[in-house]
Amino acid sequence: MTRHYAARLWKALYASATMSLVLLFVVACGGQSSTSTTPTPGNTTPIKIGISLSLSGDFSADGKAFEQGYQLWQTDVNKSGGLLGRQVQLDIVSDASSPDQVQTNYQTLISVHHDDLVFGPFSTLLTKPASVVANRYGYAFVEGAGGGPSVFTRGLHNLFDVSLPVASNLVAFANYIMSLPASQRPTSVAYATEDDPFTQPQVDTARQVLEKGGIKTASYQVYPAETTDYNPIADKMIASGAQIVIVGTLLPDVSAFIQRFKQQHYNPQALIATAGPDQGSQFLSAIGGTKPAEAIMVPNGGWYPQAPTPGNTQMVQEYLAKYGGTAADISSDVPEAYSVGEVVQQAVAKISSLDNQKLITELHSGSTYQTVQGPVKFDDTGQNVAATAYLFQWQNGSLIPVYPTNVAKTTPEFPKPNWP
Amino acid sequence: MAKLIIDAVITGILTGGVYALMSSGLTLIFGVMNIINIAQGALVILGAYLSFVLQQNFHIDLFLGLLITMPVMFMLGILIEWAFIRPLKLERTMLSILVTFAVALIIEGVLGIQFGTSFVQLHAWYADASFQIGGFYLAYIYVFGFMLSVILLGGLYVLLYRTKFGYSLRASMQNRTAAELIGIDVERVSAVTFGIGVALTAAGGMAFGATTAFNPGSHYDLISRLLVIIILGGLGSLRGALIASLVMLVIEDVTSVVWSPVWASTVFFMLLVVILLVRPQGLFGQLEARKQ
Repeated sequence: MTRHYAARLWKALYASATMSLVLLFVVACGGQSSTSTTPTPGNTTPIKIGISLSLSGDFSADGKAFEQGYQLWQTDVNKSGGLLGRQVQLDIVSDASSPDQVQTNYQTLISVHHDDLVFGPFSTLLTKPASVVANRYGYAFVEGAGGGPSVFTRGLHNLFDVSLPVASNLVAFANYIMSLPASQRPTSVAYATEDDPFTQPQVDTARQVLEKGGIKTASYQVYPAETTDYNPIADKMIASGAQIVIVGTLLPDVSAFIQRFKQQHYNPQALIATAGPDQGSQFLSAIGGTKPAEAIMVPNGGWYPQAPTPGNTQMVQEYLAKYGGTAADISSDVPEAYSVGEVVQQAVAKISSLDNQKLITELHSGSTYQTVQGPVKFDDTGQNVAATAYLFQWQNGSLIPVYPTNVAKTTPEFPKPNWP
Repeated sequence: MAKLIIDAVITGILTGGVYALMSSGLTLIFGVMNIINIAQGALVILGAYLSFVLQQNFHIDLFLGLLITMPVMFMLGILIEWAFIRPLKLERTMLSILVTFAVALIIEGVLGIQFGTSFVQLHAWYADASFQIGGFYLAYIYVFGFMLSVILLGGLYVLLYRTKFGYSLRASMQNRTAAELIGIDVERVSAVTFGIGVALTAAGGMAFGATTAFNPGSHYDLISRLLVIIILGGLGSLRGALIASLVMLVIEDVTSVVWSPVWASTVFFMLLVVILLVRPQGLFGQLEARKQ
């Protein structure tokens, strides 16, 4: 019996040792792949860019839009001759919106698929674990939707977010409220946010600004992202009697709040959501058309279909030609992904190399890159310091910039009319 | 605060009725077939999409549309049972989890191809409207959903306790082998039961879709809640599913307004643990259910 156990133990040890060797070999190969990147004259093999996207699960709507953005950029860069004269091939795998799967995916893309470069996934939640994997292999990690403050506090040198840092998103709204004459300025706010690293920092920053300006917090709630019954959260905001409502949401929760507000005949003077109202026709469809959308606000990181940024008109036209619909249907995820490609394209052209270490150095050099979202310039933590927060509002069926005044197409509609 | 708590209790009861609709099919299927249908959440979403199609393309009212969607889902349930469940002869409970998860992924994939991943919501005049009673606004959609739940679960009760098929079904729940020995066609009973369980998701899906924006991936959050409900109520017990739905929603809603939404689920799960320690079979566990 003892010999039997000893034999089994030996087998287990042998198997573990073999697995460890295989893993070491795979990791070693992965490490090599990031260094063999010097352009070779006449090299026509496509450049592979690995991306993990949420094509199913909670973030699938955004994941699909991100895929569209990356694919539009791929078409454009290949049309213009590719990167360093080589065509670009996207190696997209799905993470099902799972923080565990996204780690496995980037591990696979780098160490098994030997992709030359990697681009970021959707959401702060997934960017955090994914960027750690990329950092381990020395890969530059340029992304467009991982702007939560917690992404930038981990000392990662390889991480770069081309979009506006999300904590600043609601600052334009807070500044607008503070700019109102004292007689019109609301005196109380109800806050509710998902416990998500994308939404909560935005709401907390706005709260700090407004409280500093003397606007009191009537209600503040944080709820789990997996919540499916939003009624008690909405009821508490209603019971607070707050004059304005600020919610840290994605589309399902903001539409549930609006439905509850309508049912309970609660009409705040202003309603702003971190995300949801920016989803164009999807938002209108969820809340029942343009009338209930009137005067609802949403922050904006610098992009809208008519934005006068370099290449934006072309990207919008290409999107409409490829996917149909109207310009208002284009999710803000699309330009976020597209901008990732643009920044990497400009940086690679500048250094004439795909070497990830050189790329990281270039991105940290203080250079400014032009994208459809506006200028991009990274600070030491990888945040885009050149981006500006705008305030958008639904007016007569269109989502338009209303603040700050230098970009506003019209004045904000305040107070918000009652629900139809 | 008192008004807020009363409001939370009312909302919890009304919303609980909708969850009872979704979870009753799950517990019924487990009671008869000893399988856990992980696809129940995806079937709820499919039911919501069927209502969406009828409303968008044919302008059929959400509740009237159930006259079409429920039979369609019933037939789909029979088809799923025949194609995926019946071939499982050994380790049915364990394998059913894997197989029905695969069914859920297939449904999600097909819905994704057909409708994309954009969120949609069902609309009707009663979805946003409400009426006032004693200072409380009651939303029509929740009241109608609760009434629908009472009617359908009442109908199910009559089917189970007042019909020959119900006797066969309950006999199969109590002892599958003995039921076969006395001449009950257990496979037929299983197929019909699965069909009924799936047909109920059409109603649950309609009510869910009229109160929440959904997309093909919305079933992940839903199935975990449905499983918790039937575990609290007792696997296989219809009465348990109804009461557990109400208990869960009322506790969560009251905790949410009195304390914090973050603690809503935690408080409920702590209660669940205590109940399972005292009654491992749940509030109306199998033994009790099979006596019914």
